[in-house]
Amino acid sequence: MADRTRIENSFSQNIKVGWYLAKRDVKRANIWTTALIVLVMTFTFLNLVVVSGILIGLIQGSEDAQKKYAIGDIVISSFLDHAFIEQSPKVADIARTIPGFKDETVRYSGSAKVESDYRKTLAPGQIADGAGGSFLGIDPVEEEKFSGVSKFIIRGQYLTPEDQDSVLIGKNLLYEFTPIDAPGFQTLKNVSIGSRIRITVGNNQKEYYVKGIVSSKVDVFDTSVIGLASEVRKMTGRTDLNASSIAIQLVPGTDPIAAKQFLLASGVGSYARVQTADEAFPKFLQDIKTTFAILGNAISGIGLIVASITIFIVIFVNAITRRRFIGILKGIGINRRAILYSYMFQALMYALIGVTIGMLLVFVIIKPYFTAHPINFPFSDGILVATVSGTFLRAGILMVTTIIAGYIPARIVIKQNTLSAILGR
Amino acid sequence: MIQAKNLTKIFTSGEQRIVALDNLTFSVPEGQFLTVTGKSGSGKSTLLYQLGLLDLPSSGEVLIDGVDMVPVSENERTMTRLNDLGYIFQDYAIIPSLTALENTVVPLLMQGYPLPEAEEKAKKALIRVGLGDRMNNLPSQLSGGQQQRVAIARAIGHSPKIIFADEPTANLDSETSDQVIQTFIDLNKEGQTIVMVTHEPEYAKLAHRTITMADGKVLSDVMNKK
Repeated sequence: MADRTRIENSFSQNIKVGWYLAKRDVKRANIWTTALIVLVMTFTFLNLVVVSGILIGLIQGSEDAQKKYAIGDIVISSFLDHAFIEQSPKVADIARTIPGFKDETVRYSGSAKVESDYRKTLAPGQIADGAGGSFLGIDPVEEEKFSGVSKFIIRGQYLTPEDQDSVLIGKNLLYEFTPIDAPGFQTLKNVSIGSRIRITVGNNQKEYYVKGIVSSKVDVFDTSVIGLASEVRKMTGRTDLNASSIAIQLVPGTDPIAAKQFLLASGVGSYARVQTADEAFPKFLQDIKTTFAILGNAISGIGLIVASITIFIVIFVNAITRRRFIGILKGIGINRRAILYSYMFQALMYALIGVTIGMLLVFVIIKPYFTAHPINFPFSDGILVATVSGTFLRAGILMVTTIIAGYIPARIVIKQNTLSAILGR
Repeated sequence: MIQAKNLTKIFTSGEQRIVALDNLTFSVPEGQFLTVTGKSGSGKSTLLYQLGLLDLPSSGEVLIDGVDMVPVSENERTMTRLNDLGYIFQDYAIIPSLTALENTVVPLLMQGYPLPEAEEKAKKALIRVGLGDRMNNLPSQLSGGQQQRVAIARAIGHSPKIIFADEPTANLDSETSDQVIQTFIDLNKEGQTIVMVTHEPEYAKLAHRTITMADGKVLSDVMNKK
């Protein structure tokens, strides 16, 4: 007679039996069927992570470049109603005392009109070959140390501190790279290395030789004519050393908010605006990022639904074809919950294997690949944004969805009459 | 002990009404080997399903150790099937994705035995039915007779109070059938209560008692001479 009578089927027993059955079902399932399901899971996971990751990465790439080359971790800039930062040398000195300070670059700028064929006699009504931009003044040595801007010279050469009559020109001012023919927005058509251009800032005009063309995907360089700081100060009529902006880099790991607080506490806020990089990014970038994230999530959501349907069908077909064996299990006293758990475990195993392969692909192959070979987008070098926490969250979503997709069809089949299932009626 | 009291099962199909079991009353005392015979459609398998709690009667009672199992919950019936009853079906009904050992282990695991203990008990049951050397074979690697013996091992592994066998020799050759029946006789000698449906009169005679059915009624209920 039974030596263990009336044993209640506890949750742990159901789990134990469910796992026992599931493990053996998966182990002995058709290898190609298993491979196909795992492939679907892997691609769904990649769809979840990579599509939104790349869409966000297009903007993130732009923000990273802005931060790395243009604005640093902290940027001090003139008030909106001022042309320059008052007490700039003092402000720059204070900046150098920020705990975790790494480097800074002081830039001068003014709105400029740039012309190339100003020596030609124009017919009545004819518009000169010109463009509007910013005349950006830098210290070539300091700027190079800060941003390494010389690596963005695609033609010609970088400036030296002696290049008083030479400038670099951003590709967005050149028709060759930015072929825009819209009324009111012109780019220079006849400019190449060695060309003479005339720059007008307010009432001041001067001719410069084009020494290099810059293509950086960073607005501050690509939409500017870049010359020596001394030249820009002269052209903007400044006799002091007051700058337009001071970009500051911090030692990695330094909190930019603490650095900003330090500057404000040191009184810099009286002379200029102090912003962290995140605060200084144009709002439209953040808006695009949000839009892309929504778009990516929508695309991923569709992928998730497709994967759920796939798992639903697989488990349903599996359960239907084993309807008789489900009946037998119930007949010999196996709790229906244990059978249900076995199907949920199966679905979970498929998802887990798919997610593991997907994670390996993301972190070992895809992410490093996009970091080494960013997507060449017109305004940024797109990277793959896949944080560990975000990726695990998506993995969790996929697994929960898969378990639900496995639960529903299994429940439908398991609920059927035991004897009918055994007899195949 | 198992008792049937006024057991009736009626199948309806549209306007057609088929009385598969017609007000049956009998009991099977502990340790008895009962065979149920009759022509196809006589209701013997239907009777087995009601007694084995695999189906609900239209009316009447099925008492196991004095407890009527008809009105209890499905969960309670499942637990009774697990703890007190064992089943052997005509077509073996073992799970194809599980080995002989695993098929026998599953009900024991469900009863709460730890895996090593469950495996130990399952192995004993398989050795008992002569499958000690085929424990790790999948059903597809076993003959029909061996599969039926796996089903017997699964049925006896957890030492049930009653074993129900539905034409267990129907798909077997005569030699294998004899072995299976001998296994039942041996189990019964150790005190195991067995209720077996069979078409074979010579096997029916080997039991203590034989109920012969026709049209859902007991035609005869005789004690066999040994």
